Amino acid sequence: MAHFTKATSLHDWLNQRLGIDTLNRVLATEYWIPKNINFLWAMGMILAITFGLLLISGIFLLMYYQPNIDLAFDSVNYTIMQEVGYGWLWRHVHGVAASVVFLIIYIHMFTGIYYGSYKKGREMIWISGMLLFVAFSAEAFSGYMLPWGQMSYWAGMVITNLFSMGGLHLDGLVEWIRGDYVPAQAFLNRFFMLHVLLIPLAIIGLIGLHFGALRIPHVNNQDGEEIDFDAEAKKYLAGDKANSKVIRFMNDFLAKDMMVVGIFLILFFYLVFYHYDFAMDPVNFDPANGLKTPTHIYPEWYFLWSYEILRPFSTNVGLIAFAFAQVIFFLLPFLDRSPNAVPASRRGLFKYWFWAMLIDMIILTAMGKVPPEGIFSAIGFYAAITFIGLWIALPFITKFEKKV
Amino acid sequence: MKNNSRRGFMGKAFGAVAGVGAVASLYAMKRSWDPLPSVKAAGFTTLDMSQYKENELVVEKWRGKPIFVLKQSKEMLESYDKNMSQITGKSTAEMDKKRLIKVGDDYFLICVGLCTHLGCIPGYNPDEKSFLCACHGGMYDDTGMVTKSPPPRGLDIPPFKVDGMKVVLGETSPEYEKMLADGITLKV
Repeated sequence: MAHFTKATSLHDWLNQRLGIDTLNRVLATEYWIPKNINFLWAMGMILAITFGLLLISGIFLLMYYQPNIDLAFDSVNYTIMQEVGYGWLWRHVHGVAASVVFLIIYIHMFTGIYYGSYKKGREMIWISGMLLFVAFSAEAFSGYMLPWGQMSYWAGMVITNLFSMGGLHLDGLVEWIRGDYVPAQAFLNRFFMLHVLLIPLAIIGLIGLHFGALRIPHVNNQDGEEIDFDAEAKKYLAGDKANSKVIRFMNDFLAKDMMVVGIFLILFFYLVFYHYDFAMDPVNFDPANGLKTPTHIYPEWYFLWSYEILRPFSTNVGLIAFAFAQVIFFLLPFLDRSPNAVPASRRGLFKYWFWAMLIDMIILTAMGKVPPEGIFSAIGFYAAITFIGLWIALPFITKFEKKV
Repeated sequence: MKNNSRRGFMGKAFGAVAGVGAVASLYAMKRSWDPLPSVKAAGFTTLDMSQYKENELVVEKWRGKPIFVLKQSKEMLESYDKNMSQITGKSTAEMDKKRLIKVGDDYFLICVGLCTHLGCIPGYNPDEKSFLCACHGGMYDDTGMVTKSPPPRGLDIPPFKVDGMKVVLGETSPEYEKMLADGITLKV
């Protein structure tokens, strides 16, 4: 047994038993962050905070929500919105955060792509991040089912139908996923379980993995410079803070991080109080009706780009293109054949690849929202082809990239 | 050494037992996600076919799915015969109304009202005598055949049995089995 002495303070008492000083040093005060970064490096903290907001608002919604096809709609739109004190606040925080979290995820992803933060030992950061993206997508979809409005029902119908795999006609699999021939009670109950328990557990585990993946390679910096973190940390601890390339995670980095978080939260609560409607589809304020499809079915804005890759093709080709779009981002660290881990602006053709990909995804998003008619069909089709073409071109253009 | 091999054996024995348990629990989990027997049993709908009007779409319900019933008018049948004879080169008298169900002297389209692409409900336009699915722009004619992709096949026909002027959905019949055998519809 370890040797314990009479504690001199509560801090000392805890420290002897839990090693809180060591924990604090390893996780915070001697976890080193490069100085050469900008506000885009705060997106991770914003995401962690937004996840916290989703969790807290979700707990309060959970107290009044009824996962029953006859009661769900009213429990959200009447009980929570009108009867529960400040119920509207939790709902609007939850809805707005679910939408905004994807905007930040996309910024976080494209920051990583731009600065090459998926290379040279940072591959697992990228892969765990992509797993988080998939888990958040599943969480968003399952949550979208719960108010049991028209969009919930029909999005549930269309997305579960994807699992029939087009020409393979796996209708049995679709019915198995739903627990019924159509989305009904069994469907609502199981997606409720996924939304409030299984997927959040997976997300929390993946966040742990994502943070863990950062520890050995450390955070990237604006120039992709390889920093000797041990040497720089020694310099810092010896008092030469000015010449050291690193700072402490806490309080140094966190002070700036929380500044960006503060600005984000002001914008966030502005949306929650004055513009929450952007995250609330008016069609979903009609109760689910299995005998009437809404005129236009479209997913929330953050799924539009991949939806648009599915839409312009015939069923099987569309599904293959869609599956391609879902997995291809995972392979980025391996499809990028260049050893350069520097900002895209210094990487020749990759610079154009980055901006073409970003613009193409914005076009796909816009085209996914409009009805699939006339010129929009054509633009959507070429944007989808461009998306696939860009990924096929990536290994070739990076292979011949000059070493920086 | 002896200890090590004994530990190795215990590890393998535990692995084997745990493996059997894992497979068994996966099976139990799979079965728990299956549709309930009560859901599967509630699967029959009877339609009285004398109540429908020509070229007027009525939406019925079977297993929670919308069912389109469209009574064919004389001109719809004539234009069907004409189109089919152009495609097949046979005379209009020999036309077999493959996708339609004959009840008494009338022909009906009875199909699952879900687009075969991704399951939205197409809308019917009685003037153009065609179905349009607003989700992805697929179109069908008044017998439920595809006229514009992306739908991969015509609207599916549910299992049916003609009984006088009544049609029972969910029960099969030689007519339905023939449709399946001819590839007119997939099993739903």
